[in-house]
Amino acid sequence: HLSMANPMSYNGGCVMAMKGRNCVAIASDLRFGVQMQTISMEFDKVQQMGPRLFVGFPGLATDTQTVFQRMQFRKNLYELRENKSVRPQTLMNMISNLLYERRFGPYFVEPVVAGLDPISLEPYVATMDLIGCPMEPEDFVVSGTCTEQMFGMCETLWQPDMSPDELFECISQAMLNAFDRDAASGWGCHVYLIERDQVTVRALKARMD
Amino acid sequence: MAMLEEPSCPGFVFDNVLRNQHLLAKCGGGSQADAAASSTSALPRAKKTGTTIVGCVFNGGVVLGADTRATEGNIVADKDCSKIHYISDRIYCCGAGTAADTEMVTRQISAQICLHRLSTGRLPRVITAKQLLKDYLFRYQGYIGAALVIGGVDYQGPHLYSVAPHGSVDCAPYITMGSGSLAAMAVFESRFKPDLDQGQAVQLVRDAILAGIFNDLGSGSNVDVCIIRQDGVEYLRPYLRANEKGQRAAVYRGGKPAVLRTDRRPVLADIISTRIIRDSGAAQAAGETPMET
Repeated sequence: HLSMANPMSYNGGCVMAMKGRNCVAIASDLRFGVQMQTISMEFDKVQQMGPRLFVGFPGLATDTQTVFQRMQFRKNLYELRENKSVRPQTLMNMISNLLYERRFGPYFVEPVVAGLDPISLEPYVATMDLIGCPMEPEDFVVSGTCTEQMFGMCETLWQPDMSPDELFECISQAMLNAFDRDAASGWGCHVYLIERDQVTVRALKARMD
Repeated sequence: MAMLEEPSCPGFVFDNVLRNQHLLAKCGGGSQADAAASSTSALPRAKKTGTTIVGCVFNGGVVLGADTRATEGNIVADKDCSKIHYISDRIYCCGAGTAADTEMVTRQISAQICLHRLSTGRLPRVITAKQLLKDYLFRYQGYIGAALVIGGVDYQGPHLYSVAPHGSVDCAPYITMGSGSLAAMAVFESRFKPDLDQGQAVQLVRDAILAGIFNDLGSGSNVDVCIIRQDGVEYLRPYLRANEKGQRAAVYRGGKPAVLRTDRRPVLADIISTRIIRDSGAAQAAGETPMET
């Protein structure tokens, strides 16, 4: 049996999020594998953490699950204490603090936050590195094993102020073409399109290799 | 079933260290895996701000400058990140090195300065912030990779310090840090004079950052400038857009992707308040007093 590779690429996977006009989209591939062997094609890395707030956790799968469960615990306590839905910026800050707590023994996860502000419905996307450094750009964020390919696709296809349909097309094409060039990602894709009054989850048809 | 444990005291948590050493020892063949910021190829890259950060004292205050590129290995992770961090109303700090460390350490010291200000009832001094930063970084012996340029104005006048990751401090009228510090220092050494005015100082800082942006691979994008005077602060972000994205030649339409399944989930509106309105006429006729809400 091969010795373990880089923990960030041990399980594979990628997540991407983009901003549109009054909407955001977040997409995740579905592969879960152990180095070169694929085990599941139904491992969605995006979890819902609010009515219009989704977080993707690509990276080492065990840390993905641990960080998500710990975050859910902290978020639930926050919502019980504050008696309101957590804002995307606040949740991003909470995840950043959780990851930075383990600065010298980090979780191998690089989360992606995407959502609409509960009150102003302002679109928001953010990501952070594995020790919690936040990044809140105006356009798109990518994370996972094929970030270089995803950066290239997003830089080419993304434009400001896209409608929900255009945004869905854009993020789908960017995801599909990026993870087709990565052996450790792919095997299907789920795209979550978050708008003011509904969330549309679509499963894309992708190459299953 | 054991309840999920959450840390009971603030600060760093080390529960994954043994596990991570074991994981990383299996790849890299027992390399010195001390922290995520180490340079061994097996370890994941933390986001670094390669950076050019500078500070310059002039006759009315301090000018701080920074570029806006954040890198993850050789990839540019953020083309417009903010490296000039707020410490207090008249004290700002530029950060280079591991981005998470600069962000967290400046936020922490800003909070400590705010509490100190409230407890002493005096405006904070730059030297206090510098001392807090240096003591904290020295305690961690360089493992917190934050190289900082802290500048500001207090009751004694303008001050400028640099704090290195191991906790050493330098005080000088002009300071540069980061991978582009040599390029920026070359500009300062050839053109700095004592008793500059604001315009000259800002021009000097701008040129020093541009030298870093165009000559150092770890620095790039725009120039941010922060001018701190006794009577106010001008935080100019961006001060100069030195690199614009190219014009797209065509709009690429990939066509509609094939969708296997669509699931529309309506988002329920949140009830914010409820108001009960009773018909006061009918209530009075029935002998009740109308209800006030």
